Amino acid sequence: MIGHEPSLPDDWELVVGLEVHVELATKTKLFCGCANQFSSEPNTNVCPTCLGLPGSLPVLNGQAVAFAMTLGRALGCEVRPSVMARKNYFYPDMAKDFQTTQYDQPTNVDGELRLADGSVVGIERAHIEEDAGKTSHVGGGGRIGDANYSLVDYNRAGVPLVEIVSRPEIRSVEQARAYVSELRNILLAIGVSDARMEEGSLRVDANVSVRPTGSQELRTRCEIKNINSIRSMGRAIEYEAKRHVDLYASGESPHQETRHWDEDGGRTTPGRSKEDAEDYRYFQEPDLVPLVPTAEEVAAIDEQLPMLPAQRRHRLTQLAPNSADAATIVVERGQDDLVVAAVAAGADAERLLTRVQNDLAVDDWTKVDAEGLAALIGMETAGELTATQTKQVLAELVNHGGDPRTIAEALGFEAMSDDALAGLVDGLIADHPDEWNRFVAGDEGERRKMQGFFTGQIMKATQGQADGRAVADLLNGRAG
Amino acid sequence: MAHLARLALTEAEIDAFTGQLGDILDHAADIEALNVDGIEATSHPLPRTNVFREDTLRPSLDRDEVLSQAPAAEAGQFRVPPVLGESQ
Ligand SMILES: [Zn+2]
Repeated sequence: MIGHEPSLPDDWELVVGLEVHVELATKTKLFCGCANQFSSEPNTNVCPTCLGLPGSLPVLNGQAVAFAMTLGRALGCEVRPSVMARKNYFYPDMAKDFQTTQYDQPTNVDGELRLADGSVVGIERAHIEEDAGKTSHVGGGGRIGDANYSLVDYNRAGVPLVEIVSRPEIRSVEQARAYVSELRNILLAIGVSDARMEEGSLRVDANVSVRPTGSQELRTRCEIKNINSIRSMGRAIEYEAKRHVDLYASGESPHQETRHWDEDGGRTTPGRSKEDAEDYRYFQEPDLVPLVPTAEEVAAIDEQLPMLPAQRRHRLTQLAPNSADAATIVVERGQDDLVVAAVAAGADAERLLTRVQNDLAVDDWTKVDAEGLAALIGMETAGELTATQTKQVLAELVNHGGDPRTIAEALGFEAMSDDALAGLVDGLIADHPDEWNRFVAGDEGERRKMQGFFTGQIMKATQGQADGRAVADLLNGRAG
Repeated sequence: MAHLARLALTEAEIDAFTGQLGDILDHAADIEALNVDGIEATSHPLPRTNVFREDTLRPSLDRDEVLSQAPAAEAGQFRVPPVLGESQ
């Protein structure tokens, strides 16, 4: 978060909808067999179809459609019969002078995204379309308006995209960030995209407007493009919202347009005026037939969906209801399977989550296994290791793996020698004859209670260095 | 119109295409005159759906050959007049 950025005055509310373009991780493009590859030499992944040469015909990539429907279901969308459409325009980034997309009959509609903070943002639609080529502007210092000419690379033209359009239900920059990060986590979980913002396989445009707090109206929005990171998105939204508030304050209004985020200048600048849908002369693509998913297909997709981040968080908070924040972080790091397995191996869930959140913030934790982790947390819970000692043993587990008890011994954390412990226990028995009688002669409940008493005394005397299990063995041995 | 589409045509071609375009416009006018009330719009004349291809690579074109067809090229890319406004 950028501390010096101005936030909105209390009487204004932020209204944001996000349009996220996601490149699908297919081998080939949407309508032809050219490679869908990020870093190829310019214009080496092109053919008559993606160059829009006369006589070429598109054939839809079945894998792209499968990915798009999987994403739709992961977002809780209804997957519907859909048709492809032509969006006509005259920028050179599409050689055929139109982009094939979906217009009034998209594949996925009416979904939602559940964020880690418990809020829900509606998804209006998630439609299939093709990406455009890349234009770079030469001369005039790289500024588009002053360019002497432009260069076009069509490698990206025809790469399959899904555009996910949220409802204007985002109310803060933090929520916008959480939305993109949750969406990214879902994309990675279902494996339909590598979702790399820095390589442009995940791109965010933000529709920003403001309204008086408490009102339900939707005022004029501006669409902010050229957002290259989650951080830029936050800055761009804050800048744009403030601009709208200032305009209203001076008796003016923003007008609907596309604006560009200028990262260096920290501001948005006007782009083209927003086209109406009519300007694009949408019509159904005559060269492609409708997509009609069957109920069986959709059911099969649902069956194959992996566990999604929201479900993973839920799974952890079921185990540890007081550790919701830790659960979010642990799921984001992909450590929740380890945590669940360690709980199954006997670890106390709340203590474990706290430990993992605070002390397993490392890139590589593959040497830590569930049994070792459970044993370590068991030692901490039993008071055999102090918090500091537990952290040290965990750090050792991360670096070298191994058995936590052995590591604790090697680090000199070994509770105490068996003889010393036996001496302590004998001393306690002598000092507490009543309690000892109740341990020896009592029923099972009484015996457990007294075992707790003696163990507690030992732990007190040893500042938690003693091994609880060894104490129990000694007590049982002495009782015969 | 040929100028708008950046096509270099001879006078004879312009005459021929003007006639053909006129025929197309006449045909569109005929269709417009039809009464289509109650008929649902179709996107495709064939009753087919779900036509897909496998996600398998096919060879792309040779870049030099591709760029040799362009009016101008530079650094392996198509060189085009400056773009006014913005593209995405
Ligand atoms: Zn191609």
